[in-house]
Amino acid sequence: MITLSVNGKTHQLDVEDDAPLLWVLRDELGLTGTKFGCGIAQCGACTVHMNGKAQRTCILPAKAAQGAEIVTIEALSPDGRHPVQLAWLEEDVPQCGYCQSGQIMSAAAFLKAHPKPTDADIDAGLTNLCRCGTYPRIKRAVHRAAELAGKVKA
Amino acid sequence: MNDIAFNPKLSRRAAILCGLSAAGGLAIGVPVRAAEKALRKVSWADGQNLKPEMTAFLVIDPDSSVTIRLPHQEMGQGTSTALAMLVAEELNCDWAKVRVEYASANRNFRSGMKLYGQMQTVGSAGVRTSVTVMQQAGASARERLRVAAAQRWKVDPADCSITPGKCLHKASNRSLTYGDLAADASKVSLTAEPAIKTPDQYKLLGKWTPRLDTAPKLDGSAQFGIDAKVDGMVYADALSCPEFGGKLVSVDETPVQGRRGVLAVVKTGDTVIVVADRYWRAKSALNLLKPVWASGGAAKVDSAQLDKAYRDALDGPLVQAKNVGDAPAALAAAPKVIEALYEAPYLAHAPMEPLNCTVKLAPDRVDVWIGTQAPMSVLRLAAQESGVAAENVYVHNQFVGGGFGRRTQHDELVHAIAAAKAVGKPVKLIWRREQDIRRDRYRPQAAVRFRAAMGADGTPTAISSQIAVGSLLRSLGASKVENGLEPMAVEVIATHAYKIPNNRVEVVLKNAHVPVMFWRSVGASQNTFFLECFIDELAHEAGADPYQFRRKLAADRSDYVAVLDKVAKESGWGTPLPKGHGRGIAIVDTYGTVTAQVIEVSVSEAGKLKVERVVAAVDCYHAANPNTIAQQIEGGIVFGLTAAIHGEITIKDGAPVQGNFNDYPLLTMAETPPMETHLVLTGGPRWGGIGEPSVAPIAPALCNAIFAATGKRVRKLPLKNVDLRSV
Repeated sequence: MITLSVNGKTHQLDVEDDAPLLWVLRDELGLTGTKFGCGIAQCGACTVHMNGKAQRTCILPAKAAQGAEIVTIEALSPDGRHPVQLAWLEEDVPQCGYCQSGQIMSAAAFLKAHPKPTDADIDAGLTNLCRCGTYPRIKRAVHRAAELAGKVKA
Repeated sequence: MNDIAFNPKLSRRAAILCGLSAAGGLAIGVPVRAAEKALRKVSWADGQNLKPEMTAFLVIDPDSSVTIRLPHQEMGQGTSTALAMLVAEELNCDWAKVRVEYASANRNFRSGMKLYGQMQTVGSAGVRTSVTVMQQAGASARERLRVAAAQRWKVDPADCSITPGKCLHKASNRSLTYGDLAADASKVSLTAEPAIKTPDQYKLLGKWTPRLDTAPKLDGSAQFGIDAKVDGMVYADALSCPEFGGKLVSVDETPVQGRRGVLAVVKTGDTVIVVADRYWRAKSALNLLKPVWASGGAAKVDSAQLDKAYRDALDGPLVQAKNVGDAPAALAAAPKVIEALYEAPYLAHAPMEPLNCTVKLAPDRVDVWIGTQAPMSVLRLAAQESGVAAENVYVHNQFVGGGFGRRTQHDELVHAIAAAKAVGKPVKLIWRREQDIRRDRYRPQAAVRFRAAMGADGTPTAISSQIAVGSLLRSLGASKVENGLEPMAVEVIATHAYKIPNNRVEVVLKNAHVPVMFWRSVGASQNTFFLECFIDELAHEAGADPYQFRRKLAADRSDYVAVLDKVAKESGWGTPLPKGHGRGIAIVDTYGTVTAQVIEVSVSEAGKLKVERVVAAVDCYHAANPNTIAQQIEGGIVFGLTAAIHGEITIKDGAPVQGNFNDYPLLTMAETPPMETHLVLTGGPRWGGIGEPSVAPIAPALCNAIFAATGKRVRKLPLKNVDLRSV
């Protein structure tokens, strides 16, 4: 048995020690907003927050996430109004949308560490893959989210 | 001529302005979830919406909300918003009350394919081929609503007018909403269909409009095929023979017997499938199995052999695809012949959502949850594999997590049905990424040999093009290929707009054991690389500017010239660049759209390539939604750069070598250059496609830029294998 804290709720789960967090979230807890893309932590579609930091979950054993506060895309904000979500909406970022949960979770964690990022910061810090090629809009939306987050604090 | 510039700095403002003016439900400031709850913009179902309908394409609810049924699929290209805009423009309804759903594949089949046609989303066909149908559906419904209002009021329809979402009788100051009239209007039959609007009357079309499907893609609520939840379902993972054409001989199941959750090991001709109560249990159990495979005869084939085989095939025999003048005679008489050999590799589609589907089998009914570009193909394949009549197959298409041509052939569905039969339960089968890439049906490998002669005026007098490439149709087993010709093999090279007095195109369709298929922009993707690089070589031979050279060869095509002029102007073509920098240009007319791109690169002395900037100019004649057009141009550029720089599937021991994003890398944010798109819309009767065209010119524009920067001519992709160091 393992104990996970996900989106503010505690879950007792009977899963093997090597069960990846991604599949526990998706198939045990039904949180399908977090996506499977590669299974080797290359693409970032499976990104969630662990203690506020971006974490790829497709090869992370769920057991290793015990004791951490896990937040998935479903609970990034109560109302869809996280600055990153608002910025993504303004820029109309998604195309197919499959990678966007991971992109948004990565960007939200990134902005905490880089509240006023440069383009170079974004290039270095956001490495999730997008096959549709939404990168130019993601970059604009990250800058916009930084503005929106700054306004909230001000 | 309508000229819209997309300045990236202004686009956010443009999006916001539209958001406030045109799309209440999605406007900034409205909480995403609240907006979704109030009005779900997008719902996907098959035959589930049984509300009274105006037409097979339209349902109008009593509150005047409008549901538009789409004969095409949303895989990111924005077609659901663009098609809805076409209907809403004619219907003259409140855009904030518009939502979309997929048309029913089952109902379409039962109608003999008459209701919605082929329902495929291929060949950039959404707006391009359905524009008239969608416009007419909207116009017809509007007219029937007006007639219904006149009947209700017992007045002449000519005295009834339309304001968004309402019919008015001004003389008596009465009005009725579309919702009030929809039931009556559905019974009205018109003696003649109303005329559709001319572009000068558009109020919605052509305006930068936020997508209908954005909100659910921001909070994890968008449902893709992989997210399907079906009562009682179990999960499956599949591993196919590494060598294409090989077979499964046996597999020792001992390692997984009694393993927690494992329900069955299922064997098909060339695949082992493990079914378990959870996906990762199926996947980890499958990892323990060591299937014994038998070669299909290609066990010793590798890419070096294939490269040689395609080059050798150029020596003939070949079939003529185009013949103008007498190219061989002109070349024989020429004092100098410029010759070049170009090559391109196999490429995988690699959509971010790996192929997957969920099936539920009953004796008299099959349900399939899937993301597909071709629901009718899914329906027929599910019928064939399950033995249930096609009219009893229901395809619950979902958001498609990337298609690019891959989701027209559903090999994973065959595996899912085999698994569901074996365990007697609904099964969700997911191809792990390695299976997705290694069991893809690739863009074909190809080689082309050009020979050309130049005239005294600096234009080509003759070009001979010889192409060796796999036949997509033969590989799919879908069709005989009559006379050894298929359009995809020769497109662009046989269809470009350049005037060449002696022009011969020949082809040999040569298939290896590796399956090939449609890949975003299809034949244009490799053939534009070949042709536009060779045209650049000829411009260089003539000592001409590559932009002016193309302009002269296509002088009688005003759309080509306009697009070339636009891209040259916006890119600053001809202005000085720092040392080590270069610009390249390429243009193509494909899927009904003319696209030109200029790329600026820098190449360091150590050979490090950086794409500095991309400028695109596009004439798709009309723009339904400039927002999604800009997305497709940008996305196509990234897709094309990925292929040009990184993309190759190589073959060793008959099997594909690459299997995941570590060895089949995608372009990253850091590698993505600044880019801008300019529309040059020349109007006229046709609407151009937009999902594919911008993929095609990017590789040649890039390689031509590298030549300008370094003097090195790249004739074989991808660039990662090319040494760009200065000697």
